[in-house]
Amino acid sequence: MAQLTLSGITKSFGTTTVIHGVDLKVEDGEFVVFVGPSGCGKSTLLRIIAGLEEVTSGMIAIDGEDVSRLPASERGLAMVFQSYALYPHMSVYKNMAFALENMGLKTPDIDQRVRRAATMLRLTDYLDRKPKALSGGQRQRVAIGRAIVRDPKIFLFDEPLSNLDAELRVATRKELAGLHAELGGTMIYVTHDQVEAMTLADRIVVLQGGRIEQIGTPLDLYNAPDNLFVAGFIGSPRMNLLPARISGPGTVAVGEDGQVVETGIVAPLKPGATVTLGIRPEHIALAKNGEAGLTMTIDLVERLGGESYLYGSAPGLPQITVRLDGQTSHGRGDSVTIRLPIAHQHVFNEAGKAMGRQ
Amino acid sequence: MSRASQLMLARRKAGRWHWTDIAAYTYLAFGVVLMFGPVAWLVLSSFKTQAGLLEFPPSLLPMSQQEVMVPGNPQPLPLFEVTMEDGSKRVLAQVRRIGIQAQMVDPKDPTQQFRVPIDKRVPVRQFKLATENYTEPLERFAFTRFLSNSVFVTVVATLITLLINSMAAYALSIYEFRGKNTAMLMVIGTLMIPITIILVPVYLVITHLGLVNSLWAVILPGAATPTGVFLLRQYMLTLPRDLIEAARMDKASEWQIYWRIVMPLAMPALAVLAIFSIMWRWNEFLWPLAVLTKTESYTLQIGLNAFQGELQTQWHYLLAMTVVTLLPVALVFVFLQRFITTGIANTGMK
Ligand SMILES: Nc1ncnc2c1ncn2[C@@H]1O[C@H](COP(=O)(O)OP(=O)(O)OP(=O)(O)O)[C@@H](O)[C@H]1O
Ligand SMILES: [Mg+2]
Repeated sequence: MAQLTLSGITKSFGTTTVIHGVDLKVEDGEFVVFVGPSGCGKSTLLRIIAGLEEVTSGMIAIDGEDVSRLPASERGLAMVFQSYALYPHMSVYKNMAFALENMGLKTPDIDQRVRRAATMLRLTDYLDRKPKALSGGQRQRVAIGRAIVRDPKIFLFDEPLSNLDAELRVATRKELAGLHAELGGTMIYVTHDQVEAMTLADRIVVLQGGRIEQIGTPLDLYNAPDNLFVAGFIGSPRMNLLPARISGPGTVAVGEDGQVVETGIVAPLKPGATVTLGIRPEHIALAKNGEAGLTMTIDLVERLGGESYLYGSAPGLPQITVRLDGQTSHGRGDSVTIRLPIAHQHVFNEAGKAMGRQ
Repeated sequence: MSRASQLMLARRKAGRWHWTDIAAYTYLAFGVVLMFGPVAWLVLSSFKTQAGLLEFPPSLLPMSQQEVMVPGNPQPLPLFEVTMEDGSKRVLAQVRRIGIQAQMVDPKDPTQQFRVPIDKRVPVRQFKLATENYTEPLERFAFTRFLSNSVFVTVVATLITLLINSMAAYALSIYEFRGKNTAMLMVIGTLMIPITIILVPVYLVITHLGLVNSLWAVILPGAATPTGVFLLRQYMLTLPRDLIEAARMDKASEWQIYWRIVMPLAMPALAVLAIFSIMWRWNEFLWPLAVLTKTESYTLQIGLNAFQGELQTQWHYLLAMTVVTLLPVALVFVFLQRFITTGIANTGMK
């Protein structure tokens, strides 16, 4: 149980800087997820917090105490590695007891803690096995068990589910959420899977190129992305991002043929300025007869039964994805008009920043 | 057993002999003869009597001439099969040889004496193991003493080597410190210096420490070998970084990481080094010869050397004791080689 403060963290390997000044405050008991594309520095940031990597500049404080120069072993944190990193020559029991032995605990105390964790993680039948005799999911649970027996100040997870198959990943994700509810510890979790991020996090930190793009609750990020990157990154399928020009008060023109779409903005932008209009596939509706909207030609229809996806194109625009509830009779080659409800539109200026709504 | 025969008769395609099978087996057989021939010859010859060793043409198996006690003669007499003048064959014992004539006697009837030209007789030979080649040196000479000296030197030196080398390798592969690469280069650099060059200075150091004639004089100078450090370091570099970092997160001290994580995982490399060290130490000759001058501190190799006099070499003892010195190394190899092959197949990653 602890709270963590990062201030002005930078990290360079030789001459390349991979973390460019990160400020973050994680509250006690909070579940924070770092998410971002591959190579954005998520793991590096986590390892800096863990003490496995030294900061180039900046300060890390746990419960207000500066730990920037403390070695990993003295920070009192626990980490679950992507590769699990179970000690191959030790039994499951020994794997979990190792840290406790190093902490100098008495044997009965160790035994009690290991058994409690094993029960919680349904590992009691495997305590005498070596890691190589376990399935991927079981190894995963041992790795988590090794972290929870320690009762650490903060749990760190580096893509703990990425080696599991899809089904097991969903199951383990739920278990992790349950575990957090049960243990209530501060947890920092790295992933590049945004579904994991959305479902697990109290707050999500979106990273790109070693910088924080936005911090917020999952729904904050979904409803009000600060910039183009977050808009494109959060949400699945991706938000449609259409290049546009301001054509008048409250309207923009999109595409080559300049179809006019109503937007709610009365921004300081002059007509003619370039903007990006964003709208999520699930917020687009098909226009009823006579209703105004954007016309596109359907290239592909995916029918999933409960929902359908239309992929369409219009001159000068990237592919537009539309999600419809239920089943549709439209097919490839049809021309349809879509409605972009103003309430769900996102408008980004030329620099990619979100514009205020009316 | 069936697995062994399966191995011995493995072919490219089951049930058919391809020409490559034949070529492969011929080549392998050639290799076996090349490698094992001398050893087999050594073992067989070690059971020959002194006379049998000098025999020409040499025989492969330890054959010796049969001898009988004949009344009236103090020594046992050698038996020959003699072709008599009338063409019949008889088995006679030779009393003495005078020039090209031999004086023979019938062992069943000692009164009957014959004079036979030596080219008319053929020795009667039988298969006989001259085990006295083994028992005599072990009883009469201090060979058991040499043996225990050698065992002591080999075991203690190997343990020290493994400990020191693995600690150095840990520092050079996993522990982070300034000047790590320089230290590594210096260790590798000492590989370039042959032992003959440092023989005299090391000898002087040993003398000043008063260790001459002590087994520690043999053990200590070679305890840290650059080859061993290098071998272990390269292996430790292949251990997954995550494991070491997981141990760091688990509050393990450097010592615990070394002893409880790295050492068990480096078993295959340690086994290789142990085999090398045992072979080096057991067969070491030059250095022990320099620092051990008293018979009671001799190791086997130096003891063997004693059979090789300036005027005469006692081949039968030399060969027998060579077999004795070979056996332990061979056994060690049999026991440790499985560690080499198991490798790191049992890591707990993914
Ligand atoms: N030891 C190192 N030396 C030099 N560069 C490094 C080192 N470790 C990481 N980097 C670089 O730092 C950047 C961030 O790496 P990091 O491992 O944090 O990415 P990540 O966000 O975890 O990516 P992924 O999702 O693929 O795991 C990468 O460009 C990587 O090449
Ligand atoms: Mg990573």
